[in-house]
Amino acid sequence: MTEWLERHVPKMVLAPSFVAVLIFVYGFIIWTGWVSLTRSKLMPKYEIKGVIQYERLFASPRWDTAMDNLFIFGGLFIGISLILGLFLAILLDQKIRAEGVLRTIYLYPMALSMIVTGTAWKWIMNPGLGIEATVRNWGFESFTFNWITDPKMAIYAVVIAAVWQASGFVMALFLAGLRSVDEEIIKAAQVDGIPTWRIYSAIIIPSMAPIFLSAFIVLAHLAIKSFDLVIALTGGGPGYATDLPATYMYAMAFSRGDIGQAASSAMVMMGVVFTIVVPYLYSELRAKHD
Amino acid sequence: MTDFTQSYTAPRRSFGQLALRWLLFTLLGLFALFYLMPLFVMVTTSLKSLEEIRTGSLVALPRDVTFEAWSTAWSGTCTGVKCEGLRPYFWNSVLMTVPAVFLATLLGAVNGYVIAQWRFKGANLIFAMMLFGCFIPFQVVLLPMARSLGILGLAGSIPGLIFVHVIYGIGFTTLFFRNYYVTIPAELTKAAKVDGAGFFRIFWSIFLPLSLPIVVVTVIWQFTNIWNDFLFGVSFSQAGTQPVTVALNNIVNSTTGVKEYNVDMAAAIIAALPTLLVYVVAGKYFIRGLTAGSVKG
Repeated sequence: MTEWLERHVPKMVLAPSFVAVLIFVYGFIIWTGWVSLTRSKLMPKYEIKGVIQYERLFASPRWDTAMDNLFIFGGLFIGISLILGLFLAILLDQKIRAEGVLRTIYLYPMALSMIVTGTAWKWIMNPGLGIEATVRNWGFESFTFNWITDPKMAIYAVVIAAVWQASGFVMALFLAGLRSVDEEIIKAAQVDGIPTWRIYSAIIIPSMAPIFLSAFIVLAHLAIKSFDLVIALTGGGPGYATDLPATYMYAMAFSRGDIGQAASSAMVMMGVVFTIVVPYLYSELRAKHD
Repeated sequence: MTDFTQSYTAPRRSFGQLALRWLLFTLLGLFALFYLMPLFVMVTTSLKSLEEIRTGSLVALPRDVTFEAWSTAWSGTCTGVKCEGLRPYFWNSVLMTVPAVFLATLLGAVNGYVIAQWRFKGANLIFAMMLFGCFIPFQVVLLPMARSLGILGLAGSIPGLIFVHVIYGIGFTTLFFRNYYVTIPAELTKAAKVDGAGFFRIFWSIFLPLSLPIVVVTVIWQFTNIWNDFLFGVSFSQAGTQPVTVALNNIVNSTTGVKEYNVDMAAAIIAALPTLLVYVVAGKYFIRGLTAGSVKG
């Protein structure tokens, strides 16, 4: 008996967590997927009616805006964060004495809640009292910076705040990558008289391809899940101008009482995440095995 | 010959290098300003009177420093109907975060120990399934979780929030500990088994004492994530049990009354203070958590 117990104790210890994951991740995904195929409104119904919710979703102009915004926001946020992060990492890699302090300054936004970030930037970009007013006070009377209240530009205001928050993290990733490049190769290149910018562009940066990939995955994941920042910065407005899939889903679930729409939009979000993450995760686990 | 020309061009190059160096420092300084500016603006705005905010400049230092906005934010400002400031919500966050971090870390440690050191058939599949759970957009579990919390009698309560954060924290914490324990040679466990030590004994006397670094990384990671969470907080709380992030958003985006920007900023800093403090004190471990977390997303 004790021997049996001894042999099975590891499994029994792991079991509660595994069951929890089975129910609260996989079971819940199935539940949401199921409900997305029904006509649920205020209360969930379990009678499958086909893909009507998805038809409604893709016919909805608000969802259209949300998906467009996701691609604009995601593309710019990921692109700018990657470029800025790499640039900062290279600057910091030049044997700077104050590196520790600067790194701390560049990275601290990542420790903040996106609600805090949104609150701060909402105030800074406030047209009446923020940057716009300040620059006008300096004598540039016609200066305008009202992105946050301009339906066409508001999504770019979200990009600014998001880049501010996450670019330091990309910097930290790249800096770690730069430090792990083989010193000998760099020294050999220097001895050969190859200029520094060529060493970076031809040797160091190509060797960091895996880091580009991880940074991309993390940023893409952040972008798709972005919810707090939009809520705090623009509340999805003006109108629906800065709606993202996450805010659409939340509005349907908790203020519109349209569970069918909430479920189908959540499933589409998951589809987007998985097309990005699953190949990556697969290759990660593969690589660990070999 | 080459030596000769090189020493000849050396002074010119070092002048160029000096100029580059200056450019480098200027750029680094400008970026530092970019990252610091919002914090600076938040702090200065929180120390100004509303009058000064309306007439003065965003980037100016306060003329008359006043802490009134801070005390209003802490114990007087209105979130919805109640006007008791951020204080009760701050404590809600503490009550939610501390047990959730503790439980998720504990479970992660034991799970990671099993997966890394007590391999059995299917353990890797289980690990992959748990890892996969880290990546899902939480929107996909919001609706069924809201119903389940209702069934469990935990709807709108702090224990309910703790439960949710523990469940969705297990994936990360297991990953952290598994990756740490996998580097400890399996011979150690084998030798201890030969000596008659059991599963828990080995964990308690061998693995736990070795775990301090990864415990710190995991605790900081979980603490930051749970304290800063908004989605679960806003979805599964009700008036009175909201965490501080939700209360902050309610204060800032309430549309009634005069907009008190100084109070908004003080409230934002109060909500950010715990995680900021952790970052300043243990930044090294925070970064380690982030980069370890980057494998998972």
